[in-house]
Amino acid sequence: MKKLESTFRNIVPVLLGISVFAVVAIASVYAFTKKTIDNSQLNKRAEAIEEVLPVHDHFDLKPVVLNNGVETTKVYKAYDKNNVLVGAAVESSSNNGYRGPIDIIVGFNIKGIIVNYTVIDQHETPGLGARMESWFKTENTKADIRGKNAATANLNVSKDGGEVDAITSATISSRAFLFAVRNAYFAFTSNFEDQSVILKSKADSARHSVNKTIPSTNNKMKGEQP
Amino acid sequence: MKESGSTILLNGLIKENPVFVLILGMCPTLATTTSALNGMSMGLATLFVLFGSNVVISILKNLIPDKIRITAYILVIATFVTVAELLIQAYFPAISESLGIFIPLIVVNCLILGRAEAFAAKNTVFHSALDGIGMGLGFTFALTLLGTVRELLGTGKVFGNIIFPEHYGAIIFILAPGAFIVLGYLIAIVRKVS
Repeated sequence: MKKLESTFRNIVPVLLGISVFAVVAIASVYAFTKKTIDNSQLNKRAEAIEEVLPVHDHFDLKPVVLNNGVETTKVYKAYDKNNVLVGAAVESSSNNGYRGPIDIIVGFNIKGIIVNYTVIDQHETPGLGARMESWFKTENTKADIRGKNAATANLNVSKDGGEVDAITSATISSRAFLFAVRNAYFAFTSNFEDQSVILKSKADSARHSVNKTIPSTNNKMKGEQP
Repeated sequence: MKESGSTILLNGLIKENPVFVLILGMCPTLATTTSALNGMSMGLATLFVLFGSNVVISILKNLIPDKIRITAYILVIATFVTVAELLIQAYFPAISESLGIFIPLIVVNCLILGRAEAFAAKNTVFHSALDGIGMGLGFTFALTLLGTVRELLGTGKVFGNIIFPEHYGAIIFILAPGAFIVLGYLIAIVRKVS
């Protein structure tokens, strides 16, 4: 077969034909994979929540959403068999990372003690800031935030007078991470103080320190991401 | 130009290896090879797109007028890339996460457009398919090798298996400069050997 001439009459139907073929192919693959993609994303979130929560029977997959204008936090409450609140997983983020937002889920028990955390999304430097995925749960080090009571512990890097060891040569990422943790605790307490009197006094002191940090983030944020 | 099928297939692997000899597709080569697994996944995704676009373009080669051939090729390639992206998202979410933006960026990998223009547009469907597989395997091989060396020197692991403790590793090999250094040495070695 001879090659088609480059005339307008040939060009239009050929491009149109290829486009139609492309649309049909992509649309059918999209329809075919949509369910699996949605499911895997949902499962991933549910698994992450499951991983960070204290011992529980079930949890609300529908979160309480709090928004302070910059960061959105989502609180997933967990209950035991008798529907008594045992803690919550809080999805929280920080825009202070080295290369864009850091999203984490932190689990608290009812006393405000950090049970576990997991990083959902981060773009920090591989080998440096990216080590946050395991760094803050290294056992028997000053970097381990698990078991610390978020109400009383000073969750700042040691360089800033806190009690958590920053990731080696990734102080900025560590600060951003701990900011997200404090923010998560703030969301956790502001969500529960009506239910728990014990938390109230501790929450007030914690909120004080969080409030000090948030305005500086706001300013930085506006400069970076209009 | 008469070549047997096996020569075409082997060409891509060693003699005309897209990374070490043709020096094509450097962007994904340098950016995604932070670990052996990432390199291999990127290679296999590219293999799929390369095979698909080579076959379709060689089928359509006489139907596509010369003046719009690049447009038509890009359309075909973009279709395969989107299909690959959706499939990876659905069945290998972890890989989709670690490769991120580099999967949709396969569209602009000059290796694929280069093979479409230089090979698939002039050869039979069968030979184009073989060329796609050969080049794709060559690309996968190169990326896996590069990823393995970088992961080993940077973190002491190969495919996540610990070879030596992480603190002996040099982080520079995981970062961008390490990609250039390792690629340079690998190209030199391949040139010397072949």
